[in-house]
Amino acid sequence: MAILIDEHTRVVVQGITGRIGRFHTEEMIDYGTQIVAGVTPGKGGETVLDRPVFNTMKDAVAATGATASIVFVPPPFAADSLMEAADAGIRLCVCITDGIPMQDMLKVKRYMRRYRAHHKMTLTGPNCAGTISPGRSLLGIMPGHIYLPGRVGVIGRSGTLGYEAASQMKALGLGVSTSVGIGGDPVNGSSFRDHLALFEADPDTDAVVMVGEIGGPQEVEGADYVREHMTKPVIAYIAGLSAPKGRKMGHAGAIVSAAGESAQEKIEVLTAAGVTVAPNPSCIGDTVAHVLSEHGLLGRSSEVGGSSAVGGSSRPTNRPVDHLKEQPTRVSELLERRRG
Amino acid sequence: MDIHEYQAKEILARFDVPIPRGGLAYSPEQASYRCTEIGGSAWVVKAQIHAGGRGQAGGVKVCYSDREVQDVANAMFGRRLVTKQSGPRGKLIYRVYVEEATEIARELYFGIVLDRRIERVCIISSADGGVEIEELVRSKPEALIRTTIEPAVGFLEFQAREIAFALGLPPTLTAQASRVFRRAYRAFRDLDATMLEINPLVVTSKGSLVALDAKMSFDDNALFRHLEISELRDRSQEDARESHAADRGLAYVGLDGNIGCMINGAGLAMATMDMIKLVGGEPANFLDIGGGASPERVLKAFRAVLHDKNVETMLINIFAGINRCDWVAQGIIDAFKELDVKIPVVVRLAGTHVEQGQAMLRDSGLPIITAGTLAEAAQKAVAVVGTVSAAD
Repeated sequence: MAILIDEHTRVVVQGITGRIGRFHTEEMIDYGTQIVAGVTPGKGGETVLDRPVFNTMKDAVAATGATASIVFVPPPFAADSLMEAADAGIRLCVCITDGIPMQDMLKVKRYMRRYRAHHKMTLTGPNCAGTISPGRSLLGIMPGHIYLPGRVGVIGRSGTLGYEAASQMKALGLGVSTSVGIGGDPVNGSSFRDHLALFEADPDTDAVVMVGEIGGPQEVEGADYVREHMTKPVIAYIAGLSAPKGRKMGHAGAIVSAAGESAQEKIEVLTAAGVTVAPNPSCIGDTVAHVLSEHGLLGRSSEVGGSSAVGGSSRPTNRPVDHLKEQPTRVSELLERRRG
Repeated sequence: MDIHEYQAKEILARFDVPIPRGGLAYSPEQASYRCTEIGGSAWVVKAQIHAGGRGQAGGVKVCYSDREVQDVANAMFGRRLVTKQSGPRGKLIYRVYVEEATEIARELYFGIVLDRRIERVCIISSADGGVEIEELVRSKPEALIRTTIEPAVGFLEFQAREIAFALGLPPTLTAQASRVFRRAYRAFRDLDATMLEINPLVVTSKGSLVALDAKMSFDDNALFRHLEISELRDRSQEDARESHAADRGLAYVGLDGNIGCMINGAGLAMATMDMIKLVGGEPANFLDIGGGASPERVLKAFRAVLHDKNVETMLINIFAGINRCDWVAQGIIDAFKELDVKIPVVVRLAGTHVEQGQAMLRDSGLPIITAGTLAEAAQKAVAVVGTVSAAD
């Protein structure tokens, strides 16, 4: 069992009739995701890719028994769609939409609190690449083929940096149980902490990778959770060591505006919490392999995927930068190296 | 998006927050004329730029005659004011705000921001105004009054009263203060601001409250529903490279290095910049071409990067998910045809349609340096910069 989604998860696409919604619906169906319906207000009764379209989320859920949704609704209307999903009883909502106003998200977060814990919807995103349980289900816009099924959980804010991590892992034969995109916005549905808890409880996950970046408190909150509650090893990479303070780096949430929000500070806090931090973005896969082998988990990590290419000595061979070949080290050394 | 002080004050005045009498001037003569218009015997001339710390940098001057106002304004116009927050290049002064001088009895701090930890709007106030908030946080954190806004009910009357009492305002002022606080919050909420700062909020010697300085920033994602706010954008206050890119729908941040970057995705872009630094180079920019980039978009991004004359080499790192490597390759080939590219270009492609993309670059016969991994790309980009500068 992976977390959040598997091959049985029944999914509604909110905004299925739009160009982007339709394109990714087709990709998800090809991957094997059980897309059972779409919702576009005013287009109820139509079909898209042989799936029925409904006017409301409540109609879609009543007719299909769907428990998850993915949102491609344009930013001005997206927050409303998220609340509609929560009210229709959806348990997992993945919001791909980028550009939702901050105050709309505050409203969404407040609205979701009206449901008791066991009815509460888990929201991932907005502004995320989605969630994938490789080989089982894909709820997002990522290329499914770069993820090998396996036993490492991944949580990331950035889409393409998550691809980079997954493909480095695949190159070493390391598979993923579930990869969750939490998105690049300042106010998001769920954080590192929420998904660390799910991975800790998941018997099919051996270790977790956090792919973070500058801005916001969520990496530090994740570090606190790791220190206090995680028994499984955690690996992290934090982007933005070279980012200037006070500038927004593409993601609305990627801005250093308070103490503890820079990459250096996050790396220090994570390291102190016992997380192994990859010193550069090119050795995320190697760092995962190293930590797994230290914990005697390397053989297990790809058994779900069946491609057990990894032996005990999975040393990378295509590493052009000599001084990066060493094992991941502590921050102080890393910073020393950057100065040098 | 940031706006000028005088614009923030106009907005606050619309929400019935008291501000001093004042007027905008585009010339020294106009500045001096504002004195007659405003009346009184003392005025403050304030340079209008998008950066704090103007006072210490000489961007705020008290004057006692219209002649003096004209001279002070004359000295400000056309200058680039460098403050603690402006960056080393400073910001161009081409408008000044002339305001009646206010006799100050007390200076308070009042600010509204998003607290990302609790995901609530938070009001921060302090009895020690006139000092930068960063300074207050460092020197007197216990003196900061924090009030959290519950989104379902907004800023409540009792909360505003609590702030007024905590600031030690006299009973005659608490009702007025509570009204001012709540009106400022209404401006923040109704206009989708991300930051509002009144520093100082002063008690005048006559015993009334006035917003002596004001700063507002707005949520770019919400500008679609506030066209009147988006019209306040002032391109003269932006980095020219960033304006150029923003007009073409590209997320670009200008930096000081010489390796131009073109990447898809914000996280991967930051990681690539980190990698460049780690192997000894300096990135010239952050640039995210976004998802589903067409060859035309890649060409535009190429132009945006080359717009920066410091760029001596270029690194393109694409991990295509909803992008397509063949489209990116086509964009690169088009750029070589149309832009007279003289600098070395290092390209790393991965993901969707990578074989086609790589084949197109190979068959083009263009002097493109290819790389298989992120580390290799960064190392090659840094290496070619080295050879160029060694040849100089």
